[in-house]
Amino acid sequence: MSDEFKIEIVNPEKSFLSKEDVNEVVVPAFEGEMGILKDHISIISFLKPGIITIQAKSGEEKYYVEDGIIEFKNNTLSILTSYILNLKDIEKNKLLELLKNAEEESNKPEISDQLKYLADQKVETLKSIN
Amino acid sequence: MASLDDLKKRITSVKSTQKITKAMKMVAAAKLKRAQDSAEKGRPYSEKMNNIILNLSSGISDKETAPKLLSGSGKEQVHLCVVMTSDRGLCGGFNANIIKKAKSYFAKLNKEGKELKIITVGSKGNDQLKRVYGNKIIENISFKSSKNANYFDAEKVGKIIIEKFQKEEFDICTIFYNQFKNVITQIPQAQQIIPLNTKSDDQNNSEDNYEFEPDEDEILSNLLPKNISTQIFKAMLENSASEQGARMSAMDNATRNAGEMVDKLTIEYNRSRQAAITKELIEIISGAESL
Repeated sequence: MSDEFKIEIVNPEKSFLSKEDVNEVVVPAFEGEMGILKDHISIISFLKPGIITIQAKSGEEKYYVEDGIIEFKNNTLSILTSYILNLKDIEKNKLLELLKNAEEESNKPEISDQLKYLADQKVETLKSIN
Repeated sequence: MASLDDLKKRITSVKSTQKITKAMKMVAAAKLKRAQDSAEKGRPYSEKMNNIILNLSSGISDKETAPKLLSGSGKEQVHLCVVMTSDRGLCGGFNANIIKKAKSYFAKLNKEGKELKIITVGSKGNDQLKRVYGNKIIENISFKSSKNANYFDAEKVGKIIIEKFQKEEFDICTIFYNQFKNVITQIPQAQQIIPLNTKSDDQNNSEDNYEFEPDEDEILSNLLPKNISTQIFKAMLENSASEQGARMSAMDNATRNAGEMVDKLTIEYNRSRQAAITKELIEIISGAESL
């Protein structure tokens, strides 16, 4: 009995990633990081900015996301996100640019608490990558 | 009858027009391939999004507390119509079809005494609608600068719509776009996005028991605005594929028509040249006979 399940990541433009040999996925869910293993109960949740870690047979992969929705059902994990980057291909300059934007956003005076929280999360995550 | 010189000029000009339409056709064909690809690739996202929302909304028993984007504002007085057209012309009936569809919808609303507000996306639609419905157009958005349909543009439109909804500027929102069926057929569509139509055609709700984190309401209220952007993005992708398809067949027709015209003009040119030669010959012969 293998304990692998399927993951699909789609963004509006295309199907970003599809893998069948995943052992564990850690996603930055809105209320805290969440690890998903095979035969997890069906769940719908959404993501805050953070890092998705995928442990697969073929190795570990990390992705930076800004938002998203996850759905786990019948051992298929679907992640819908509008902005995703593979940490491997991310460039230093791009990272700094994202960080700058996020910091600007979080320093806006009229921002709502929830947006502020999200922007702070973004800043924190981006700093940790650096 | 036109002189030989005039005919010659006309033939050259039709020929160069033909060259242009041929080139445009080929460009459209290449772009169509890409637009079709991205329309197909974009489908899983909007389908998944729709599925999740259907699952969620079927789980909400209490319609009273459901988010307004799902249940509507309770009134049906003010309609917002988002008419999505292209920024460029020369694409056959593409824009005209959407406008026709939209106009018949506007007329229906008018008859029912509903109030109408229009947002046009794409400059061609704005040009055609502003003559009759100029005072109804509250916003005109154009993405001339971006080459391909991209999600950020869609998000911008979505944000404008949601903002207006929250200010209670309208009750029902419908988007108009062309659905891409194949290169020759594009079907103009009217799709209601606010309040969301949750009656799905296929009842595949297997009553999954999902765990929600955080609770359903919060997920829904986060998801619905995203869904609107997604629907708009889908419409934009379909539209851009349709536009290229329509342009391709329109330009194909134009090229063929130009070919026919060149043939006809060439025959006319040859005939009048022959007529001129015959006339000269007759003149010479009759001149020689009279001597």
